[in-house]
Amino acid sequence: MNQLSATRPLKQVHLAAHFPGVNNTTVWTDPEAGSHIEFSSFAHFAKTAERAKFDFLFLAEGLRLREQNGRIYDLDVMGRPDTFTILAALAAVTDRLGLAGTINSTFNEPYEVARQFATLDHLSGGRAAWNVVTSWDAFTGENFRRGGFLPQDQRYERAKTFLATAFELFDSWTGDEIVADSQSGEFLAAADAGSFAHHDEHFDISGQFNTPRSPQGRPVIFQAGDSDEGREFAASAADAIFTRHATLEAGQAFYADVKDRLASHGRRPDQLLILPAATFVLADTDAEARELAHEIRLQQVSGPTAIAFLEQLWNRDLSGYDPDGPLPEIDPDPGEHIVARGRASVRMHRDPVATAHQWRAKAAAEHLSIRELIIEVTGRQSFVGSASTVASTINDFVQADASDGFILVPHITPGGLDRFADAVVPILQEQGVFRTEYTGTTLREHLGLAPHQPEAARSAARTAS
Amino acid sequence: MAGLHAETSLHLAAALDGAGWHPAAWREPDARPGDLLTAGYWAALVAECEDGLLDFATFEDSLSLQSTDPDRPDQRIDQVRGRLDAVLVAARVGPLTRHVGLIPTAIVTHTEPFHLSKAIATLDWVTSGRAGVRVKVSPRQDEAAHFGRRSLSAGPGLVDDLMHEAADYVEVLRRLWDSWEDDAEIRDTAAGKFVDIAKLHYIDFEGRWFRVKGPSITPRPPQGQPVVTALAHSAPGYSLLARSSDVGFVTPHDRSHAAGIVSQVRAAQAAAGRADAPVHIFADLLVYLDDDANRAAARKARLDDLAGGPQASDALAVTGTPAQLADLLLDWRSAGLTGFRLRPAAIPHDLRQVTRGLVPELQRRAAFRSEYRSSSLRGLLGLPKPVNRYAAA
Repeated sequence: MNQLSATRPLKQVHLAAHFPGVNNTTVWTDPEAGSHIEFSSFAHFAKTAERAKFDFLFLAEGLRLREQNGRIYDLDVMGRPDTFTILAALAAVTDRLGLAGTINSTFNEPYEVARQFATLDHLSGGRAAWNVVTSWDAFTGENFRRGGFLPQDQRYERAKTFLATAFELFDSWTGDEIVADSQSGEFLAAADAGSFAHHDEHFDISGQFNTPRSPQGRPVIFQAGDSDEGREFAASAADAIFTRHATLEAGQAFYADVKDRLASHGRRPDQLLILPAATFVLADTDAEARELAHEIRLQQVSGPTAIAFLEQLWNRDLSGYDPDGPLPEIDPDPGEHIVARGRASVRMHRDPVATAHQWRAKAAAEHLSIRELIIEVTGRQSFVGSASTVASTINDFVQADASDGFILVPHITPGGLDRFADAVVPILQEQGVFRTEYTGTTLREHLGLAPHQPEAARSAARTAS
Repeated sequence: MAGLHAETSLHLAAALDGAGWHPAAWREPDARPGDLLTAGYWAALVAECEDGLLDFATFEDSLSLQSTDPDRPDQRIDQVRGRLDAVLVAARVGPLTRHVGLIPTAIVTHTEPFHLSKAIATLDWVTSGRAGVRVKVSPRQDEAAHFGRRSLSAGPGLVDDLMHEAADYVEVLRRLWDSWEDDAEIRDTAAGKFVDIAKLHYIDFEGRWFRVKGPSITPRPPQGQPVVTALAHSAPGYSLLARSSDVGFVTPHDRSHAAGIVSQVRAAQAAAGRADAPVHIFADLLVYLDDDANRAAARKARLDDLAGGPQASDALAVTGTPAQLADLLLDWRSAGLTGFRLRPAAIPHDLRQVTRGLVPELQRRAAFRSEYRSSSLRGLLGLPKPVNRYAAA
């Protein structure tokens, strides 16, 4: 690290706060766990992030309650607000914090999503961001009038087209159309403001977009996903990529791979930030933090949760198994996944039988019960230690180009970010790698991204296609 | 219904749109036409409504540029064009207010009931129970082309069909709001269960236009069901009010016309099996108000002159003093109307005439509240929290 810092200025760390999600990372059994739906929880969380000078707040998405074995899954926190609505409300109780929402390109239409993001950007003074995700699942589609699920191989194509169409809508106003000259009576400079036409196999639309250009021109674009297609999509069109946290070496490899892809899209390495999601456990000493981390893992993985995770890989009803006993002898059912629905993680098990063999071998070698194994193989905390240990680790990852910062996921709502804000952020600030005050007003400025110019976007789109 | 009729206090709402409802209002000296897309503009208007103790503010919306043509852009550059999403404007001002109800417009012809249901539920959570929604259909050809998913063949049956579809849409909204029982979240640490799944419900809606499975992803909001409103001008619209709304906005041109509309809506309610449901009927009025009636008339004439002719309006235009308007409201109330939604011709002037002129005048006549006595919109309107259709008796 010292060699690196000698050869170039220290990189600035970017930090974001992920509102605790609808999954078992979020511990609702803790006495400190508060409401996941009351506005006061969101306001507390956002104000903490802004007090700590974070770049932005991040919200995930889920458009259908998850199910397992044909029943609604009841072990985790459930229920969430509408993304746009809660972000617009949070704009009222914050001043600088970026507001990032995950919005699906499968169950929405470009005209509506574009005006919602343009509106959010107006109402927040330029703080909106859009994490573009895709979906292909008919289970979620049952909640929508358009049904709207897609063959899996078309989902990135629709997402790319959706995003390109939204870009055309954002850029259909260039920013100088509204004259509002009460003397001359001229409100608009030209009658064709917002004109657009887009015709392809996914979208056949034309007319005039009705939300004038917003402060950032368009929201900051995030892309989540680690697949080759996802990386390529991000390199072509995103401002930041939201990925899973990994080891330093794997992070460096991912970082280099994605940044290398930018040139072929006519973009520079500083035009795309790499921001993995990360969890953390803080205590006075590293040893105490490790102990606390284990206690939290026990809270996150109850016996029933361990069985549920096992069922997601095995694709079988395993409710008869004892979580404190050994793993099943039978192999996973390789057929169509039916046990768990509405859950993206299920699709990550590409070869369930092989994974099951690995898990069994690990459990046998280390004498682990089902619950102990699941604690080991799922969701270990990313950063565990004292505030100074966690601050150093985060900074090391950033300076070593394993990331440009992190999207932090606390495990307690709404106070789970408080200690990080109070203890870790000041250390990063002392080290000169994190802002002590916001220097800009827009999220693009926080992220060090150049202002978006409509013409530049159009030529970039042409290069990409 | 008895509960609504027995009240001595009128219900008053302000309809907010751009710089006001007159097309030349943005040219008034006190207008802020350059600020229409800012949060501060809307925050100030809603604060004014709350200072005036109004029941609620509505926010107009459309999925096309404002236009004087019913089907397409009108190519005009002398009127306000461009707007923000109304649901998000309401959400942005929600945390800045404490009592006033917030009712954004949503176009139901091209949007997803699942998305709108959680958006309005979230607005209700954000405001601790002050949310509503005005459902609006769109027969416009330009809006259909912005979505490219359906063609609306113009014809006598179109509006009727759109109204029936809107009724289905509202049914889905209400079912989704009920799809979590109020006490579904149990946080049973011993059993490890966050919710009681017996209190979550599939809505399994299937209609002519769409099907929706449910349950919602958003827990039942504080009001149970936020307040549903719609604007209607003729029989298909009155039927929608009767079947689906909590508050209907209508556009009578005199007291006997108002009485006729009220009896049509009440008859439609009975036909829909909702005779006992409390449904408010508010008359919409376009208001030009000044302390001196001549000045109000002169201002209207000046605005019409700037706009190149008299303003076309579905709602009756009332020009006069706040006291004259108070006379009219109290007279029309006898036709069975329970409230009024006032459209200020110019903002801020006519909005302030409502909050600082009309409201004190009605208070002097003991016909309007002198303080907020409820923090929920249903509470202000005297509407009970709906029983959850899925809850076991």
